[in-house]
Amino acid sequence: MSDTPAPALSGDAPETMRLSRPLVRESIDADRAERLAEIWETRPGWRGWFSTVDHKTIGLRYLVTSFLFLLLGGVEALVMRVQLAQPNATVLTPEQYNQLFTMHGITMIFLYASPVLSGFSNFLWPLVLGARDMAFPRLNAFSYWVFLFAGIFLYASFPLGEAPNAGWFNYVPLSELTYDVGPNIDVYSLGMVLLGISTTVGAVNFVVTLLRMRAPGMSIDRIPVLVWGTLTASGANLFAVPSVSLAFLMLWLDRRIGTHFFDVTAGSHALLWQHMFWIFAHPWVYVVVLPAMGIVSDALPVFCRRPLVGYGPVAISTVATMVIGFVVWIHHMFATGLPPLALSFFGAASMVISIPSAVATFAWIATIWTGRPVFRVPFLFFAGFVLLFVIGGVSGVMTAAVPLDWQLTDTYFVVAHLHYVLIGINVFPVVGGIYFWFPKFTGRMMSERLGRITFWLMFVGFNLGFFPMHIAGLLGMPRRIYTYGADMGWTTVNLLTSIGSFIFALGIAVFVVDVLYSRKRGPIAGNNPWDAPTLEWTVPSPPPPYNFAVVPTIASRHPLWEGRMQGEGGDAGEVPRSRLADGYILDQGREALGTTALEAAPYVILKMPEDSYAPFWLGLMAALFFAGLALHAWYFAGLALLLAAATIVVWLWPERRLMQREPEPVARH
Amino acid sequence: MKTAPLEYLAHAAGPASLPTQRLEWALVALVSAVMIVVAALLVAALMRRRGSGRPDAIGAEAGGMSWIYIGTGVSSLALFAALIYVMATLESVAAPRVAPALQIDVTAYDWWWKVEYPDADDASRSFATANEIHIPVGVPVQIKLRSADVIHAFWVPQLAGKTEMIPGQINEQWIQADAPGVYRGQCSQFCGAQHAHMAFEVVAQPQAEFDAWRRAQARDASPAAQSATINAGKRLFGERCAGCHAVRGTDAAGAQAPDLTHLGSRRLIAAGQLPNTAADRLDWIQHAQRIKPDSMMPSMALSASDASALSAYLATLQ
Repeated sequence: MSDTPAPALSGDAPETMRLSRPLVRESIDADRAERLAEIWETRPGWRGWFSTVDHKTIGLRYLVTSFLFLLLGGVEALVMRVQLAQPNATVLTPEQYNQLFTMHGITMIFLYASPVLSGFSNFLWPLVLGARDMAFPRLNAFSYWVFLFAGIFLYASFPLGEAPNAGWFNYVPLSELTYDVGPNIDVYSLGMVLLGISTTVGAVNFVVTLLRMRAPGMSIDRIPVLVWGTLTASGANLFAVPSVSLAFLMLWLDRRIGTHFFDVTAGSHALLWQHMFWIFAHPWVYVVVLPAMGIVSDALPVFCRRPLVGYGPVAISTVATMVIGFVVWIHHMFATGLPPLALSFFGAASMVISIPSAVATFAWIATIWTGRPVFRVPFLFFAGFVLLFVIGGVSGVMTAAVPLDWQLTDTYFVVAHLHYVLIGINVFPVVGGIYFWFPKFTGRMMSERLGRITFWLMFVGFNLGFFPMHIAGLLGMPRRIYTYGADMGWTTVNLLTSIGSFIFALGIAVFVVDVLYSRKRGPIAGNNPWDAPTLEWTVPSPPPPYNFAVVPTIASRHPLWEGRMQGEGGDAGEVPRSRLADGYILDQGREALGTTALEAAPYVILKMPEDSYAPFWLGLMAALFFAGLALHAWYFAGLALLLAAATIVVWLWPERRLMQREPEPVARH
Repeated sequence: MKTAPLEYLAHAAGPASLPTQRLEWALVALVSAVMIVVAALLVAALMRRRGSGRPDAIGAEAGGMSWIYIGTGVSSLALFAALIYVMATLESVAAPRVAPALQIDVTAYDWWWKVEYPDADDASRSFATANEIHIPVGVPVQIKLRSADVIHAFWVPQLAGKTEMIPGQINEQWIQADAPGVYRGQCSQFCGAQHAHMAFEVVAQPQAEFDAWRRAQARDASPAAQSATINAGKRLFGERCAGCHAVRGTDAAGAQAPDLTHLGSRRLIAAGQLPNTAADRLDWIQHAQRIKPDSMMPSMALSASDASALSAYLATLQ
């Protein structure tokens, strides 16, 4: 192979192409597929379990772990709903209630909503981009391990009755040592710094994967909308996470080392925390919804038997939402006494941010209108999502109105709004997305019948449970109260909410049953059970360890629909054809094709790393370091830090195998 | 008793809350219309009849763009109209039209409200009370908001929106009640264990009644009618209560808890939690930790005779 010249590349190679050997287009045969499988396969048993860097395994781990956290946070919510179902209930003490609502928020926002989307993106990105793996497979494994350990860390004090208890915004001075002497807030602070490491390296990995790992021909205007969503979210994370990591580190230093970053009595300002927190946390809202909106934008059209209406505007809206999302954080602080003129700017920005959302909404409706809907289970979730998206959006417009927000903020109206956003725009697409990609994850279909039951229980339960919260808010019910009097007028709405939340939970339970049953006994799916257009459906279900035997070459946004779409090829009548059966095989060790950032022209053969224990060890040592800090076991923390440093040395130890043998750039004439 | 004392949908009672209530209904109407239109379009898109076609045919990518242009265009227009109305409302509620007639200082504590009426002309007429704010009807009242510990928020929904009370800074809020009455207030920023039970009341009175109330509150506690029981109760108060509570005109000068000089004049006790009857007062003193777990008020173990003595003394604090 390596002796053959590479005529096929002459058309699309950039001037600076740096291939270590010429490439030829070939088809795969059984022997070479076998060889690829051997190269990419993870070792069986616990060795493979701790060392794998396969993005599909990591993606599924993210999905399963975050879903377990969703169940945990859900049980916390149900206990709270029992307490709030009746006035003056004494199921929980105030302290228990405060820990539960705090952990519910932390769990859902940090341990479920974002990681579950990382799960989808980890599994799907290389598959939809036509790549063999993420750009940094070991970093990917590290990101998962740190997420897992951070999740366990954040729950470590829960069984002791010392869980974080100051709300997920954790405002100072309530969270300072003076008012909260236990380990509660230390666990939250250090856990968030640890989790921030996972989020950050994950974000870097996504950004670089997008810029570097797309199949030839997959120019930036041919990537799926999910990729736009995760790219935007990852870019935002790189700017937003440092703010919150720093804030939590400063808080911990205040609490345990004696600094005064947030100490009002020493001349600091309590609002400093709120700024640092919300500069992170508002973009974070978009981090946990934009990829989920991407899931809908990609999967809903499959069931409408046509491409998405307005790919370009939807992709641009995705990015625009995030850009504006960085200048609206003050709308969480309208009631802090800032001057009205300043508030009016942030209020206006907060209203303007709904314009890109309107673009997406009408794109989805137009796709359904102009398509031919097929009412399978995933479609139910995506169509239901559109309605919930609109409700969550317009209630957001109300809270953006500064004077009205002075009434609405910190009431159940906001609780209703944020649950329409987080459940409507995250959980519904996620469950729909699991129904949609389950065949790719496992090779089997989920049950259509249980799926319909799941959808209707979730949809009815959700609206019954959460719509009355708007009313509770308008009736003046404040957030975060562990009980209320019978004379406050909130009894009926709270009972409805409690009933609805249990119906919703029942829907989730049916879903879990369906997953557990179908993964062993569901009907065999085949490569493309939905007749979907994108690259992940060209490979077997579940995909082989190397994903693509040959690197595909892409000519359109819908490689699997080419040739049977109306109006294809424009006036010239020329239908673009992606090449899926032949391409570059790359089987001299773990190899992937690096392509250019915008055009996705082949650029370099990337040597990909083998499986390694280093990510697990580094994650574990990082977690132990933070555990040492939390327990004030300074020597232990120091030892863990040293071992972490040693692990990094092992991780980065140069390997001849991984050397990028790059010849002089080939000049073109 | 109002059916929902903290609602802000129908009972706005002054110029700091009425424009917001109108805005609220306008926005509720607007967003309901948007919701209904979008839901109708969605259902129509799902249900509309379609001609038969080849099962494996895929629709064209082009087309449908007018949905985005028209939908986004109309939404943006509605949004900008709403934005203008929002800004106008903000302008009208941000500050009173005329200078405030009265200034009150409110300081939030875990989990109660200290209310001070400073008198610039005669400092001896300044006084502090707790959990009950009296204002004259029909005039704007400026309130300076402070916190003694963590962040709280001052909120009387029928009179105005909420403003956080942040340690280290002084925020301001104006309220005005155009009709006499009692308006419920509540802390709305999570502040710890008893956030749920950190309520207060604003009592709006005609000017003359207000002036009389103010004069009465500025006086020290009237010397108790002499009786052995009352004296025993007063002594007990000095031993068990005065570390935190003050009664002006006596040795009790604690500053960590509500001033009880005119306890009897208040409608509610325990930051809005209980009616102010002799039985409820005793219940609160003996079972504070059951009624409001983790509050700063301890449950006092009192013998029957101590209880009746303390009760008799408290009854003199009118």
